[in-house]
Amino acid sequence: MKTAIIKYNAGNIRSVQFALDRLGVNGIVTDNPEEILSADRVIFPGVGEASTAMRYLKERNLDKLITSLQQPVLGICLGMQLLCRHSEENDTPCLGVFDVEVKRFTSPVENLLKIPQIGWNNITGLHSVMFEHVPENSYMYFVHSYYAALGADTVAITNYVINYSAALQKDNFYAVQFHPEKSAEHGSRIIENFLNL
Amino acid sequence: MLTKRIIPCLDIKDGRTVKGINFENIRDAGDPIELGALYASQGADELVFLDITATNERRKTLSELVTRIARHVNIPFTVGGGIAEVEDVNVLLQSGADKISVNTAAFKNPGLVDSLAREFGSQCIVLAIDTRFEDGDWYVYLNGGRVKTDRKAFDWAKEAVDRGAGEILLTSMNNDGTKQGFALDITAQLSQNLHVPVIASGGAGTMEHFVDVFEKAQADAALAASIFHYKEIEIPELKTFLYGKGVNVRF
Repeated sequence: MKTAIIKYNAGNIRSVQFALDRLGVNGIVTDNPEEILSADRVIFPGVGEASTAMRYLKERNLDKLITSLQQPVLGICLGMQLLCRHSEENDTPCLGVFDVEVKRFTSPVENLLKIPQIGWNNITGLHSVMFEHVPENSYMYFVHSYYAALGADTVAITNYVINYSAALQKDNFYAVQFHPEKSAEHGSRIIENFLNL
Repeated sequence: MLTKRIIPCLDIKDGRTVKGINFENIRDAGDPIELGALYASQGADELVFLDITATNERRKTLSELVTRIARHVNIPFTVGGGIAEVEDVNVLLQSGADKISVNTAAFKNPGLVDSLAREFGSQCIVLAIDTRFEDGDWYVYLNGGRVKTDRKAFDWAKEAVDRGAGEILLTSMNNDGTKQGFALDITAQLSQNLHVPVIASGGAGTMEHFVDVFEKAQADAALAASIFHYKEIEIPELKTFLYGKGVNVRF
């Protein structure tokens, strides 16, 4: 099985590759269209800023390539946000696989909210094959200032002042806001489930 | 609900951990990877590796070590110690570190924080502050606590956050090594007034101290070294204790 990790101007790509290594899978980090199209699984990771990332993808026609993929695709963190319709982060139109708006966390007046959210938070309402053998309320590692709102494609929910999409799924597109590659055993299980789809 | 984090800190010199006794479950307590993986399996929420190597080979040794850690450890980790340039950070992040911490170099050149945040994002920039209470206030110390400055810790923390630091790692020199508890007042002042997470460090001696720093000082995370390395407190029992006291932790 061939697993491609999409290479672009976002951080944290190495961690995904190492997480695959730990599962005995060799992930190929690439921005080569043929390599990506011919892969059995595609992972779209990333930590970074939405408009810069979208510009980079467009310049290389990776935007159209990603939305045309037929094999299982897993978006992680910024990768998930870029698969949504639009991000408030620098008012960026995104790839539109998920009909969801990405918004910035806002602090309630009476209580100082730490932004970005950094740390372990629980996921609930799990209903996706991604979460097989992952218990309800499992803790995952999150680092983000923007969140995907709830929608028809929401398959896991997390609360940080408000409820938002911890995971989305539609057709062959799977996406998680947290970092499964950094979320200990449960995170590793999610990656394994994705590879075993 | 976002949990409070427990973070063991490992001091590294020439690719080896400096402190630490023999653990039954690992072959080599001096190996940062083995010790880090053990803490991760016990439920540590993150790890901090502080490099105190002072040789010319430093950057290369450290980046190789970071790659080995990233390969084997399945929780986030921060690398700090002597980081002074954007290129240092680039190498460490490319090697697989999730975050880096800066201390003295950022104080001497605050623009470094802006550059790092712009280049890599605030989420991976931890500002470490060593502080000591004297003459009625908390002052910043540099070079591992050897050099005093006349800057107040709160003012520097606030400036650094405005410049793009994504977290503050606050070590009280008055408390460090005493095992008498964390510095609650300065931790609370930072945590209640800054919109980024604050990691409290220095003084952990009992499990009750962790309850205090989370509940009374609203720290987002607590860091400790020797009590974990010498197994005076083990992470599973600490988490069970915290949970029993109503502190939200991850299991």
